[in-house]
Amino acid sequence: MAHISDMIATDIEQYLKSHELKSLLRFITCGSVDDGKSTLIGRLLYESKMLFEDQLAALEADSKKMGTQGEHLDFALLVDGLTAEREQGITIDVAYRFFSTDRRKFIVADTPGHEQYTRNMVTGASTADAAIVMVDARKGILTQTQRHSYLLSLVGIRHIVVAISKMDLVDYSEKTFRAIVDDYLAFAKKVGLENITFIPMSAFKGDNITTQSDNMPWYRGTTLMDYLETVEIDEDRLQKQPFRFPVQWVNRPNLDFRGFTSTLSGGIIKAGERIRVQPSGRESTVARIVTADGDLEQAVAGQSVTLTLADEIDISRGDIISTTEAPAGVADQFEATIVWMADEAMLPGRRYLLKIGTQTVNAEIGHLKHKVNVNTLEHLAATRLELNEIGVCNLSLDKPIAFDPYKENRDTGGFILIDRMTNSTIAAGMLDFALRRASNIHMQAVDINKAVRSAQKKQKSCVLWLTGLSGSGKSTIANLVEKKLHALDKHTYLLDGDNVRHGLSKDLGFTETDRVENIRRIAEVAKLMVDAGLIVITAFISPFSAERRMARSLVDNDEFFEIYIDTPLILPRDAIRKVSTRRHGAAS
Amino acid sequence: MNLTHLQLLEAESIHIMREVVAETENPVMLYSIGKDSAVMLHLAMKAFYPAKPPFSLLHVDTTWKFREMYEFRDNLVKKLGLDLIVHVNPEGLEKNINPFTHGSAIHTDVMKTEGLKQALDKYAFDAAFGGARRDEEKSRAKERIFSFRSAQHRWDPKNQRPELWRLYNARKHKGESIRVFPLSNWTELDIWQYIYLQNIPIVPLYFAKERPVVERDGTLIMVDDDRMPLRAGEVPMLRKVRFRTLGCYPLTGAVESDADTLPQIIQEMLLTTTSERQGRVIDHDSAGSMEKKKQEGYF
Repeated sequence: MAHISDMIATDIEQYLKSHELKSLLRFITCGSVDDGKSTLIGRLLYESKMLFEDQLAALEADSKKMGTQGEHLDFALLVDGLTAEREQGITIDVAYRFFSTDRRKFIVADTPGHEQYTRNMVTGASTADAAIVMVDARKGILTQTQRHSYLLSLVGIRHIVVAISKMDLVDYSEKTFRAIVDDYLAFAKKVGLENITFIPMSAFKGDNITTQSDNMPWYRGTTLMDYLETVEIDEDRLQKQPFRFPVQWVNRPNLDFRGFTSTLSGGIIKAGERIRVQPSGRESTVARIVTADGDLEQAVAGQSVTLTLADEIDISRGDIISTTEAPAGVADQFEATIVWMADEAMLPGRRYLLKIGTQTVNAEIGHLKHKVNVNTLEHLAATRLELNEIGVCNLSLDKPIAFDPYKENRDTGGFILIDRMTNSTIAAGMLDFALRRASNIHMQAVDINKAVRSAQKKQKSCVLWLTGLSGSGKSTIANLVEKKLHALDKHTYLLDGDNVRHGLSKDLGFTETDRVENIRRIAEVAKLMVDAGLIVITAFISPFSAERRMARSLVDNDEFFEIYIDTPLILPRDAIRKVSTRRHGAAS
Repeated sequence: MNLTHLQLLEAESIHIMREVVAETENPVMLYSIGKDSAVMLHLAMKAFYPAKPPFSLLHVDTTWKFREMYEFRDNLVKKLGLDLIVHVNPEGLEKNINPFTHGSAIHTDVMKTEGLKQALDKYAFDAAFGGARRDEEKSRAKERIFSFRSAQHRWDPKNQRPELWRLYNARKHKGESIRVFPLSNWTELDIWQYIYLQNIPIVPLYFAKERPVVERDGTLIMVDDDRMPLRAGEVPMLRKVRFRTLGCYPLTGAVESDADTLPQIIQEMLLTTTSERQGRVIDHDSAGSMEKKKQEGYF
């Protein structure tokens, strides 16, 4: 195993010494189903002598049994993992492979090129420093090639190598190679990709993988392995960015020690430097950089350390520590690009959990500005995002966070959205910029507040949120309840279909998106009325528990009463006898 | 300042461990006494320094480990001052499940897979660290670092959460749990190099020494105690052997070797021509066997 080096046998200690200093490159391979990605990875493993004899023997046996390469080794079989996939002959998820040479260790994210797997490619690319884009020399630039390249630019991959493969099948033609290079460059310009290297190769035959190909004397550029061994690693770039430290965990083993742990997301920090905690804005000085191997003078992007500060200030998980010289931004409203990864569509107005860095907050997707046709890059108007669709939208959070635009820092600008009910990761997102509006609209603190207004009316304001099926008698009951309360001298207001659908929501129809928006408007109006000190009664069909949860979250916990009208269907609708109320139960 | 691959791997593992501690209620670290566990534990000591790791170690024991492993485990835990939970499947004990009578498949299923599930349920652990690496086996290569398990401990390879950047989604419902693999991106060579550089103690069985073995079905099996029934004609003989992987002694093949220092072990590994898990009988049972076991709840 491992690359053969005479030093292993003759001077193992010297060999180990030289290998302590290897760097680490993460890259992703992408291409269409038959471009030979798996073959290329298999070849890289083979060329770097990362295969054991028993694995080679198994490969030979498998190649005969399942291979598609006749007498030759089918390197793709090394790479295709799970049983089901091996039978189908395609990879279906993100798999990680490892190999190393004398200069570097490599982690390869292998992702499938099939259309519905945008999700997997974005996932694989999110941790990559560089990307290999596979192009079949016989086919040239395909729609899929363009799509993958667009996704790479979206995820912010800074180094791209276009591997023009299967050159053996086009007689190693320079003309074919040049034509593909020109086509690709024209496209790359549109998506804003830079630093592109083109290599003509044959993964199957081994041309220009580790040694320059005799079959293509017209190409004297870098081989693929040379490229991978020398291309810039993202950590090196990040060290030149401003210092960012998203606090993970507060380490407090005893009263004398209070440390803040994290992995540096950017920059360099030294003991004695002045820092700012965001979003609170408190400032202090770094006292020590603590590690189990002793205190450090300085720490750099990529290192996991523990900081102690000169002053006792309040810091918790989710805060970001920056230097006072170059602090992060703070905002609660953003324009963001979202890659939707769930079967259930994204609807504006819905609330999701947003995890960014070490912080999880509530987020609401506001206006969806457009979605992107990944094949043509056209911007299309849209009201929702389906699985594997990409869109640009406004995002508002329930509290301000410290951040950087994703283009500057992946860790402080990249986020995931989590479904509150299933806990699944349903989207990946990138903060483009903070909306000016957000930092300007601060809640105006007023002297006359909810408590004062309620007290004047001698009541506690709240929402009675009636739900139930159509025809269950919600409106009838709501009407009766309001009459009773009125008789008791309470100040009330009833929101129902009549007074909302004809005014506030008259622009809305009855699609799923419109229903969600309708409920959102009602919830916001109810919130204002609670603030005004009123007892608000609402009577609507609110079929989605996500919206009911959203409505509940707008007011205080003890101000929201969800009442489910459970009328047996056999009863005539005007003979309602049974009303069951549930404060926290979910209506259907 | 350029960080080396080992520094970056170390930082990533530490980051993962801290995320788990920050986001789950009752984490535990699976400790199997092998070299990967040794590295994982070493990283945990670093991640929370100067505090001790804020979780217990859990050893799902089969009672068939090498004696030197038990000795090593108990000494290490004492030295580090950590809390160790040892769980043995009581039903397996009662039925005297063992690798000789029942074969590796049943023994592994009852004592390891079932034992692990019992222990996780018994103590209501909602996250368990494991030392598995993606380079070990093909189905591991696709597993997430935070690998989600249903309340029945099942793994669904077709329905894994996408894992982006350094963002791990640790949310789950009551009863569900997460297996976390902080060493996912380490290779066998990384592990050995790190042990060497950091001077991490490992079980002496990894080093070559004269030990009593019998040759059975082409594999050298160490006669570690008198529970091992000898077949007709089998006489234990002293051979200079070592172990490249440690499991239950009747299921772990020894290799003849003179390597008794870490550089020699690494040298042997780099020059050798068979892969690590070949010494383990468990993977040969059937094609795709690891993937099946994992779906059923094996680590």
